[in-house]
Amino acid sequence: MKKSVPALLTAFFLGVNIAAAYADELVVYSARKEHLIKPLFDMYTTKTGVQVKYVTGKAGALLERLKAEGSNTPADLFITVDAGNLWKAAKEVVLQPVESEVLKKNVPSHLRDPQNRWFGLSVRARTIVYNKDRVSPSDLDSYSSLGEPRWKGRLLLRTSKKVYNQSLVASLIAEKGETASEKVVSSWVANLPVAPFSSDTKALEAVMAGVGDVTVVNTYYLGRLLKKNSDIPLAIFWPNQNGTGVHMNVSGAGVTKHAKHRDQAVKLLEWLSSDEAQGTFASLNLEYAVNSSVKPDPLVAAWGEFKGNPINVAKYGEYQAQAIKLMDRVGYK
Amino acid sequence: MSATNEVGEFREQNSIFRSFRTFRWNAPGWIVISFLLALIATTPVLVILSSYFFPEEDIWQHLVENVLQGLALNTLKLLACVIPLTALLGISMGWLTSACEYPGRRFFSWALVLPFAVPPYVYAFVYLGIFDFSGPVQGLIRESFPSVGFIDIRNTAGVSIILSLAFYPYVYLMSRSAFLTQGRSSMEAARMLGQTPIGAFFRVALPMARPWIAAGLLLVAMETLADFGAVAIFNYDTFTTAIYKAWFGMFSLNAALQLSSILVVFVLIILVLEQHFRFRMRFNETYTAAVPHQRLHLNGLKKWLAFITSLMIFFFAFALPFSQLIIWSWSNLNSDALQYLEQALNTFVLGAVTAAVTTLCAIIIAYSKQSNPGLTMKWNARLATLGYALPGTVLAVGIYIPAAWLDNQLLNIFTGITGSRINPLLQGSLIILIVAYAIRFLAAGFGSIDSSMNRITPSIVEAARTMGTTGTALLKRIYLPMTKTGLLTASIFVLVDVMKEMPITLMMRPFNWDTLAVKIFEYTSEGEWELAALPAVGLILTGLLPVLFLTKKTEE
Repeated sequence: MKKSVPALLTAFFLGVNIAAAYADELVVYSARKEHLIKPLFDMYTTKTGVQVKYVTGKAGALLERLKAEGSNTPADLFITVDAGNLWKAAKEVVLQPVESEVLKKNVPSHLRDPQNRWFGLSVRARTIVYNKDRVSPSDLDSYSSLGEPRWKGRLLLRTSKKVYNQSLVASLIAEKGETASEKVVSSWVANLPVAPFSSDTKALEAVMAGVGDVTVVNTYYLGRLLKKNSDIPLAIFWPNQNGTGVHMNVSGAGVTKHAKHRDQAVKLLEWLSSDEAQGTFASLNLEYAVNSSVKPDPLVAAWGEFKGNPINVAKYGEYQAQAIKLMDRVGYK
Repeated sequence: MSATNEVGEFREQNSIFRSFRTFRWNAPGWIVISFLLALIATTPVLVILSSYFFPEEDIWQHLVENVLQGLALNTLKLLACVIPLTALLGISMGWLTSACEYPGRRFFSWALVLPFAVPPYVYAFVYLGIFDFSGPVQGLIRESFPSVGFIDIRNTAGVSIILSLAFYPYVYLMSRSAFLTQGRSSMEAARMLGQTPIGAFFRVALPMARPWIAAGLLLVAMETLADFGAVAIFNYDTFTTAIYKAWFGMFSLNAALQLSSILVVFVLIILVLEQHFRFRMRFNETYTAAVPHQRLHLNGLKKWLAFITSLMIFFFAFALPFSQLIIWSWSNLNSDALQYLEQALNTFVLGAVTAAVTTLCAIIIAYSKQSNPGLTMKWNARLATLGYALPGTVLAVGIYIPAAWLDNQLLNIFTGITGSRINPLLQGSLIILIVAYAIRFLAAGFGSIDSSMNRITPSIVEAARTMGTTGTALLKRIYLPMTKTGLLTASIFVLVDVMKEMPITLMMRPFNWDTLAVKIFEYTSEGEWELAALPAVGLILTGLLPVLFLTKKTEE
């Protein structure tokens, strides 16, 4: 009896694992949160009968898990937010190229890997939001102009530790070069009345409270606040409309190199980029679809059309480390 | 004191011979297992050190030039504030609720443990929600006194208070368990020799409780070093935030691991310091705890002062944040609430299994240290408990990489022999998750057990040995029964810590094994604090059960 207890426990713990891996179904590692992906997987299962199993986590940790598991990984598809993370996954050779006419048609070329190892699935526009009571939109122009002296003590930013700001600075570096970008970022820092915030939402709330007048956030954070209360004194400004366009990042996915169900994974990926899925994929988080034939949520559509930056998002990954060092140097916390 | 020291030294020498004999004849099994456990537990540290084979000169030059100094300073400032603050809160409340009698004492004695069930990152987002620029408190202040302006609470003081509220229960529980088991003989002796109650506390009770308090503060220090959630929410830069930035931002796991090694050095220094202060001290109790404390009846002003202090601490450490969470949960209540039941069960099962495993490991390591008083087993124990100070995600890769490697080798061998493929055994299994937890929280279990074992009078052990009781029998008949409270405290520490744990669970859990902490992460990482409130309430309620059980048991 005494010996059978550990034996039973072992069987139980290994059993959980074997059951997880043996079943014939798609396995997804996702850095996109459960409440944003589960509804789509449910739709897919209903439509095709294919079961989708997933585990969520931080992008970097999931990537290490994929690497450590090597050819024994159960994962077929890797979903993550931020182009930098996708770029890194491709660089670490955990993804495989997928040649698919459907994906090429649905995903514009600047929102996917030049070698087709990953594909953007939703677009996040990082833009300027201002307090309507205290700022006239005619005073606003580009991201860089937020460093002008007139915004002294009025600009609020999220922390440089967040990848969205790292991508933003990376795209500045890609366009203007390092020296000019460093000047811009350092002029932003000089305009901050308080230390950067840990989330876009906190920065927006501080703009509402009057700690500052403008901030730079992903649009869906404003969308969430507006959904709760449409009377808040915040409005969107689309910067760089006479220049390079609004900074865009993606959430996206790629088929893993050692996928056990490759064809199924490609099918799921194609479906996620389709008209049918794109509306839900984007609107669950009030983002924009990559598939141009899909209209955004009415709340999002009300912000109007804008010109997005056509730079390939893979560039953000390349310049990200450089961007972080730059922000450290100028004291952007 | 000096007389005791000499006796202690004599015993120490004497016992080296005995330990040698033990090693040869009596309990070699314990020592071997203990070494083995320590080896497993130090694997992540070895992985961290192996990162030096891949120098990241470019990143290091940047770090040294721009950020390292600030990080070290911030981390030290945090330690310098959190340690005294938790000591003050923990010891004073531990003493009041165990050795004094005042209105509400019975209630406070368990209520003040409740914050233990609240993860630090939950404190951070709740307190920021209440006291930040846009929160209700500052709104009210600005309305009444427009000249005050905006008050930024995201600084060393703010973070220190948050972490102290979250961590003081370690010191509280440890010092309480020391005061409760001290028995009354020494206090009575002190009083008879003319000490005032306060004098007796400072000259007798407090010094006698030092190993417990030190063990509690050590846990606090290590938790502070490892914390990521709370400091990230306050955007306060420490080593952990830099580690994650190097890894997730600059895409260099090696640089992240190398930064982590600095944390390991920090802990080693703290461990050596702690050992230094306790050098050659002995803390045996001549009478057993069977003679209970005569509680000191506070009266007049003192009585109410004690009451109000306890009430304030309870209010800020539990009542206020918990009420805020309830309010947020209520306004966001939806059908998801039911799935939290399953996750609460997952959370509890993982915690309970890990608590059992970890306590067992801690007993083995502590016992082999006790029966072999040389330096070897002391260092064995120290190295085994290092993992506590590492940020969870770093520890997780440090375990996952070698485990996956081992797994892959086994699979290759299997495939080589049989020609057929099987599925991985360790990767993504509960076993590896529990091993990881055990490594992470070994320190939490060990501290309490080790300090309880220190309390056992050597003469009892010697008497048992002369009667031929050694090895396993000695552990069963003497050590375990005499350290019951310590064992209980240890397993509850581990249980609740596992339930609150986030990064390891996130990286290593099997499919469909989400815990409440994972749910909280999913919401907070997107800044949706109010949606995170419901799973947070679930987590706190689940954690309350063992916490209440512990206080009830130790009170008896």
